[in-house]
Amino acid sequence: MGNTLAIIGMALLGLSLIYVLYRTIIGNPVSRRVVFVYVAFAAGLPLFMDLLPPVHVTPDVQALVDALEELPPNSKILAAFDYDPPSAPELQPMAEAFFKMAFKNDLDVIVMGLWPQGPQQADQAIAAALLDPDVQAMNPQYGIDYVNLGFQSGNEFVIQRMGSGFKAMFSRDQRQTPYDSIPVLQNIVNFSNIDFVMNFSAGKPGTVEWVQFAVDRFGATLGAGNTAVQAPQIYPYLRANQMVGLLGGMSGAAEFEKALGMPGAGSTMLLSQISTHAIVILFIIIGNTAYFRTRKRKNG
Amino acid sequence: MKREIPLIITSIAGIVFAVSYFIPHYPFGKAENIFGDWISIVSAFAIWLGMLNLGEVSLRKIIRKTEGWQLGVIVLVSMLVMLIIGFSSVFNAISSGTSHMAPGTGLKWMYDYTFSPLSATMFSMLAFFVASASYRAFRARSLEATLLLVTAFFVMVGRVPLLDPIVNALGITDFPFFSAVADWIMTYPNSAGQRAIMIGIALGITSSSLRIILGIERSHVGGDA
Repeated sequence: MGNTLAIIGMALLGLSLIYVLYRTIIGNPVSRRVVFVYVAFAAGLPLFMDLLPPVHVTPDVQALVDALEELPPNSKILAAFDYDPPSAPELQPMAEAFFKMAFKNDLDVIVMGLWPQGPQQADQAIAAALLDPDVQAMNPQYGIDYVNLGFQSGNEFVIQRMGSGFKAMFSRDQRQTPYDSIPVLQNIVNFSNIDFVMNFSAGKPGTVEWVQFAVDRFGATLGAGNTAVQAPQIYPYLRANQMVGLLGGMSGAAEFEKALGMPGAGSTMLLSQISTHAIVILFIIIGNTAYFRTRKRKNG
Repeated sequence: MKREIPLIITSIAGIVFAVSYFIPHYPFGKAENIFGDWISIVSAFAIWLGMLNLGEVSLRKIIRKTEGWQLGVIVLVSMLVMLIIGFSSVFNAISSGTSHMAPGTGLKWMYDYTFSPLSATMFSMLAFFVASASYRAFRARSLEATLLLVTAFFVMVGRVPLLDPIVNALGITDFPFFSAVADWIMTYPNSAGQRAIMIGIALGITSSSLRIILGIERSHVGGDA
């Protein structure tokens, strides 16, 4: 029922754009408030649908999934959470899928953040992952299978300092447990003891800094999930093989979930992004149609 | 001396970081670690400084009753509430040996139910402004604007499964054409442009850094450039 109503709503929304086109062509464009209403419906209506969009997994996402799946059990992954709530719609689904995969594959995850809110986002992602029945079957334990070291100020210099010793930057975890008393951190001195670095980033400090310091200087293997806005800046590093793979925006999250076989928030919310993209494109087309019609009339 | 000492510290730190990148051994490695710890500490103080500055600006606004002073009240009250709840959560966590962000703590509640939705709301407004601006201003007025428009079209339809499923369902092709075009744009023209920008920025940073390390550029300590 919800699906049908939402689809009917979307169809009516599309048809009503003909009126917007007419108004724009006669030189009476709709106000920005009307545009806002269209965007609100385009983003909101798909949330009532339980359809999964047909997602095509791109090579960059598949390469990251392959690299993660190849890690043997008990491999150490450093997960850097460098984002805050505004970017959560894009990055949180990636983080949740990442934790589900890591826990199911019995990988050890060490969480940290160069953004103050990053470790909190990681806690939320872990809580969501722990609801998965397959993850519950693995029964991951804090301190043994994963740990949250919290936030450390200093931007990229934190990464640089971690090159000589993680303990120098994180003497205790978020629960104030001393570094040496945490089982999962036993024998972890620096990047040479880490099998994979996974970075979720929405800006600076973020993936660029992880490439420049952890990869280039300390030889870490890096994969990243970025917001759609930031992803274009990362392509030069990806194409130079300084990273194994990249998840870009919500479509990257949906591809990641599909490649892992774990459909989640990224896949369902992608419908919202698709319809919003469609509305923006249609508004651009309407605006330009009106512009060319007006120009032709003036020239004629 | 008020200007010389910061200049000397800047020069030494700059030289140490530059040299230790290539020679990460004693004494440069050790010095780099010391400066790295300093940066972490100074950055932590910078957060406090920023907060105090925001408090001072808001307070001044309220006292002088300048335009929008009511927003200053909201800022100060929000800041104080968050600080009190934050510190109490941290002290409780230390005494009980749990996380200050554990479920049930005041800070966790504030984060989940005020900070997260409010900041996400601010960011989500972008979609509305982008759509409105696209409708009113994004026109193919020149060759450059047309190129930008065409590129934007392919990236927007290619980065999400928008046109490919339709094209594939109509049987025109079973190849994700639009996704491939978007990927090509990101891999080649985008990467080339990004690299050019990055090289330009890197050269600019290098020359600025050299000027600062050598003490030629002094504006950061209140002197003339």
